[in-house]
Order: sequence, then C-alpha cells, then structure tokens
Amino acid sequence: MLEQKEIIGEVKVIVFRLQDEEYGVEVNQVLSIEKLDHITRVPRTPAFVKGVINLRGVVTPIIDLRSRFGLEEASYTETTRVIIVAVNELEVGLIVDAANDVIDIPVNAIEPAPEVVGGVEAVYLRGVAKLEKRLLILLNLDKVLNTEEMKQLDTLEVN
Amino acid sequence: MDMNQYLDMFIEESKEHLQAINSNLLVLETEPDNIQIVNEIFRSAHTLKGMAATMGFEDMASLTHEAENVLDMIRNHKLNINSDIMDVIFQSVDLIEGMVYNIIEGGDGSADVSKPVSLLRAIVSGDMAVVASGQAAAEKEVTAAAAEHHHDLDEFALTVMRQSKEAGNNLFWIKVTLQESCMLRAARAYMVFDQLENAGEIIKSTPSVEDLENERFDYEFELIYVTMKSLEDIKKMVENVSEVKEVLIKTVEVTTPQVQVEEAKKETAAAQAVEKKPAAEANAAPAGAAKKVSTGKTIRVDIERLDILMNLFSELVIDRGRLEQLSREIGRGELSETVEHMSRISGDLQNIILTMRMVPVEQVFNRFPRMVRDLAKDLNKKVNLEIFGAETELDRTVIDEIGDPLVHLLRNSIDHGIEMPAERKKNGKPEEGTVQLKAYHSGNHVFIEVKDDGAGISKEGVLKKAIERGIVNPATAENLSDKQIYELLFASGFSTAEVITDISGRGVGLDVVKNKIESLGGSVSVDSVRGEGTTFLIQLPLTLSIISAMLVQVENEKYAVPLSSIIETAVFRKDEIMLAHRQKVIDFRGRVVPLVSLKGIFQVPDQGNGSDDDEVAVVIVRKGEKMAGLVVDSFIGQQEVVLKSLGKYLVNVFAISGATILGDGQVALIIDCNALIK
Repeated sequence: MLEQKEIIGEVKVIVFRLQDEEYGVEVNQVLSIEKLDHITRVPRTPAFVKGVINLRGVVTPIIDLRSRFGLEEASYTETTRVIIVAVNELEVGLIVDAANDVIDIPVNAIEPAPEVVGGVEAVYLRGVAKLEKRLLILLNLDKVLNTEEMKQLDTLEVN
Repeated sequence: MDMNQYLDMFIEESKEHLQAINSNLLVLETEPDNIQIVNEIFRSAHTLKGMAATMGFEDMASLTHEAENVLDMIRNHKLNINSDIMDVIFQSVDLIEGMVYNIIEGGDGSADVSKPVSLLRAIVSGDMAVVASGQAAAEKEVTAAAAEHHHDLDEFALTVMRQSKEAGNNLFWIKVTLQESCMLRAARAYMVFDQLENAGEIIKSTPSVEDLENERFDYEFELIYVTMKSLEDIKKMVENVSEVKEVLIKTVEVTTPQVQVEEAKKETAAAQAVEKKPAAEANAAPAGAAKKVSTGKTIRVDIERLDILMNLFSELVIDRGRLEQLSREIGRGELSETVEHMSRISGDLQNIILTMRMVPVEQVFNRFPRMVRDLAKDLNKKVNLEIFGAETELDRTVIDEIGDPLVHLLRNSIDHGIEMPAERKKNGKPEEGTVQLKAYHSGNHVFIEVKDDGAGISKEGVLKKAIERGIVNPATAENLSDKQIYELLFASGFSTAEVITDISGRGVGLDVVKNKIESLGGSVSVDSVRGEGTTFLIQLPLTLSIISAMLVQVENEKYAVPLSSIIETAVFRKDEIMLAHRQKVIDFRGRVVPLVSLKGIFQVPDQGNGSDDDEVAVVIVRKGEKMAGLVVDSFIGQQEVVLKSLGKYLVNVFAISGATILGDGQVALIIDCNALIK
C-alpha cells in the first residue's frame, strides 16, 4: 500500500471554505493568503470582481468566489480570507469564507466532479477528493479565472 | 564558451554601425566624391565584420568582407561610385540588418549571402589589374601607417623609459599572441595587463588599451614594459595566462630618445613583416573609435537596470506620499520639516531618474531617411524628407513603441499623399515632394508632426468609403465637419484589404496607429488642405511611469485625474447648470461644456450623505479641442502618482487607464479622460 502511494504521489492543497463546502487549490498555484483589507472598487466590471487591492505595492484584482460561482453572497467576517493565486501569468485574489488548512491528498483519491457540487458547475472543478471524513472540491483555476468573457478584442494584439 | 553576455553588446553596436553606414551612404549618394564619407563607411563596415566574426556569425562576416573590398576600392580611387554600386551596397546593408534582427529574435543570423557576395565580387573584379594594384597599394599604405604607429611613442613615454632604465629597471618589448580559438580576447588581454601591472608598468601598448578592451585587435598585441623582474619571470607570468599562444620578449635599449625610436622601429619592423594584415585591421579601427570618444563621457547602462531603478523609486514615491500624510496628521514641526526636505530631494531625484530614461527621438528618426529613399524609388516618386527636432527627448519606453506608428504615417504620406512627379508638375508644384518630420516639446508633452505637401485628403472620397464600409450612415455624413471627416480615417475597419498596396496598406489601417498611440497615453489628429498637403499630429506624454494627477473624491471613492488632461478645476453654482438636449452643460469661459457625473458613470454607491450644497465641484478636462466637465464631490489635491497597471485579469476597463497607490496604502483608479469625452 505504502509503495503504491509513493508511485502515485500526492498533491498538496490549500483548503478553504465556501458556504458549507470545503474546496482545495493546489499549493503551487497559491502565492499567499491575506486578510481582507481595503478593496478599491473598479467600476463597470462584472459583479464578482470586487475591485483591486494594494498587495505589497502590486495592484491585484480581487474576485469574490461565492459570487463567481453564483452562490449566495455573504458579508465578510473575521475569518474571511483572500487567497492570492497565480495562473497563466494572471495574479488574482479570491475571497473565501475561511482558509486554514494545508493537506496532502493522494492523487488516486481524486474523482471526476459530478455535474454540480455544492452549487458549483463542473466546468470550474478539477475533481472531488474523497478523504476519510471530508469531501474536498478541487478547483480548476484556469476555468475560474478565464478572462474570455471579460476580454474585449484588442485590435493591437491582432496586428 | 558562452557568448550570450556579449550578444547584447554585439546587437547594440551592430545597430549603431548599421545606422552609421546607412546615413553615410545616403550622404555619399548626394556627394559621390566625398572620400571622407567612404572612409567612415569603411570603418563601420570593418568593425562590423570584426564583431560578426568574433561572434561566429560567418555569413554576416563574409558579406561585410566583400562589401569592405568594394569600399576599399572606392576610397582608393580605384572605382567610381555609380547608382548600381550604391544599390548593391544598400542591398547588402539591408541583408546584414536582416541578420541582426534575426539574431535579436534568437536566430543564428545565417542567411543566403551568395547573391550579394557575387555581385560585390563582380564589382571588384570589374578590372582585375586595377584590383590587384589597388590591394597592393592599400597594403603598402597600411604598412607605412603601422610603422608610423611606433613613432608616436611620445616624449613622456621616452622619458619614463629612460629614467626607469637609469634606475636599474628592465625595459622590455613584449609581443603576445593569443590562441586563434580564443573567444574572449579582450578578457585575455586584460588578464595579461593585470599580471604585468602587478610587477611593473606598461608604458605603451599597440593597439591602444582602449582598442584592446573593445576587442578591436586580432590575436596579437605589443607592449613596452618597465619592470624590476627578469625577462624569464615575465615570460613565465604572461604564459600563465590561459589561451596565450606565444610570448615574445626582447630587451629594449634606451640611450637617447632618437635611438629609442630607431630601436622601436627596428623591433616592430620584424613583427610587421608577418602581420601586415592584422596591423592594418588594428589601425583602421582606432580612427573610428576616436570619433566615438569625442561625443562625451557616457556609460552604457542596461535599460533593465533603469527600469528597476524606476520601480524602486516608484515605491519611494508611494512612501513619500504616506510620510507626507502622516506628518500632516501628527503635526510636529521637526517631523514636517524633515519630511518636506525629503520630499524636495526625492523630487530632484525623480527628475534625474526620469531624464536618465530620456533618449532623443533621433534613434527612431534615424532609420527614416533610408526608408523614404527606398520607398520613393519603388514608387517612382521624388520625395525629400526633412527632419526637425531630432534631439527632442522622450521616455525610452515611448521611443520603443513609437517607431511603427511613425513608419505607418510616413508610408501613408508618401504612398497616398505625395503625387507622381508628372502630376505635381502639372499642378505647378516642384517635382520633388517634401515630407516633414518634426518633433518638439510643449508643456508636459512631446509633439511629432508628419507633414506632406501632397494632394491632401479628399473629403468626398473618405466619406464615400466610410459610408460604403458602414462606419457612418449617409444621413449623419452630411453634417460632419471637416475635422470629423478626417477622424474617420482612424476608424477601425476604414482601411481594408482592398487598398493593399505594397507600401502603406498591409491590411492594417490608421486605426492601428491611433490605438497604439492612445495606449501610450497620447493622441493623434489629422488636418489637411486639398491640393496642399496633409499633417498628422501626434501628441505624446513625456513619461509613462510617474504622472502628476489631481485626486478627487466621489462619495467614499478616490480617483486620480491626470493633470495633463485637466484645463482647470472650478466650482459652479447649481443654478449655473443648464440643460441642452437633456444633457447637463455649463458655460465655461463662453464655451458650452457638457457635464459628466463621475458618480453616475462609475455607478458609485451612494453613501447617503447627499450634498445639499448649492455648488458643484467640476474638473474641466479636454481631449484635443473637445472639453467636458467631470462632476466630483470634492478636490483632494494635486499629487505625483505612480502609474500601475490593473494587471492582466482586468483588461479594457471603461474609462480607467490604470491605478496608483496612495499615501495611505489604498489603491486609487486613474481616470482615462479620453474615454469620457465623446
């Protein structure tokens, strides 16, 4: 058993809470976890874009994951955290209800996600990890941070 | 051995030399008898060849070598320049330029050089006898020059030699030959120098130290050296430096100055017998170098370092803002004084850093004479390009970006603006059309003008095309002002594949120019008089990184409005606001200016502290001729802010050009006034 585990390997994930579910993002995609500080609203952006923050001198956009997934929005509390992730050169902060755990999950515990888990559509998910007592929903950040729907055609780029 | 660290320098210098060759060739075309110019070109070509060979770009080296042969004949009056020869040389230069760009893009700089090489050879072999005698003559000349080189052991050096000899020192003539496989010759030469200087003094080196440092020598160099050590010790020392092939040391006798010169001559004559060619090469270079040195004391700094410096300074500016705010809050005299002083100093520092990044637009303008010449030739038009204000300085980042839009505008002027010579003659104009390229400072902006004396823009033609393309509908088209009609040229979709000529249309239109310039925080406009010509005017900000801005408050939010677009701030009574076509307007110095409510346009959440003031604060901003009044709650004040991007996730946010970090650590958005003025 032990041997098999070594071959298959594990992934280290940051665990965070959203509504009543536990989610995970791979640790190598996470730059830092921040407390929620002043957010500057950016007008005329999608509702889930809460604005930008000053992250040690870098202006970083912040999105509310609840709102991104169409879940019911909740007011921010003491436990609310911002997980700064980096995917494809994008650096974005994700507002989550709480983040307080780092765990290793064996790759073979990850199963493909059913259509909808905890109200989140399967396209945004990488899979579901069944651990002893908990169910961990793994996010597909590429899809979550897909900017296609926001991006307008930049004629210069075409050139 | 890894040559990457030298690659950047190679690229930079190659570009410089190519530029020099290009501009000198243009001069040569107008004054074909100016041998001085040929010499300049020859030197540039020669250096280029040397560098290319060192870096292992064989094709470039061999092509340059052939070109050099032709140039050599010209400068030795063995060949007369005609336009065919010029064309071949121009083509070769283009090809070399292509190789350099290939190298920049990570290529190996190889290209098929057989055609230009054979052409160049054909030129050279136009008369074999002449060629042969020409080369012989050249070599003779060179030998003489090389020998002369040793005459200039100056009085000072001789005195030093004499005195040190009297003091019991040994005086040596050393000739060091490096291995031919040696890549870093300059570094090896340096190591030899370093070794020798530990034990004595180098009085003279041939080639000069500067040329050695710049690798402008082949594999050998000669030194006159004073030391207490013995010949054997020195020989051993130099031989210890790796990649040294051979060390030749002879004792130099000094009796009287004259004899010394004789000695030196004798010593070197032997060496020269075997190294005619290398000596020639070493000799050709210094003259070219001398010119460079006289341009002033400068150092080359990697632009990346300047960027880092700028970023660090930006951080400092943010902290400065924070400190200023804190000292105001705390209100202690000593603290305020110190902070004030620091602010002043950092202000000066800011100026220096910003000017350090400034480069003359010459860098961009330089390549245009050549481009215009070729273009005019292709189109069978006669065009004279006049450049004014090439010394005008702009931020390096802007310089890097402005080239393509300018090329586009120039091509446009020459292709569509300037008429054929016959037509110009018919219209009573000189056959040769003129395109003026002007750059000048005005306030916080740099203006670049591209002006031609061509046919001007046909309003009817533009309108017809715009209607065809569905950019305007025929009804509104009738009411457009001239200016508005010209603006249509910049509309996306105006220029399409149908107008592709080789020259200005490549499927991209002037809208690309406009987008590019606007992305740099600038603007472009056009004016034209039918039959007399067209003028494109580009306005650019001096710098992109730190700007002066007016901070304004809207409910709980703060925004920064770039000072460059503000005309003034004003407070109006509410009863001064009028309605025109259901649009709120005010009378500002006799002009009707529409009001834009930032709160409305940015959907700022209402904090319920609805103002009952009977006054409104307005920032009057402009975009070209047009103005608008931005209604805000209050003005916070003017501040230097550091421009930051919103990141790649938030792209094309409406009316926001970026963000900045305020003294309190919060982010404020920077308003793009251009988007708010229709």
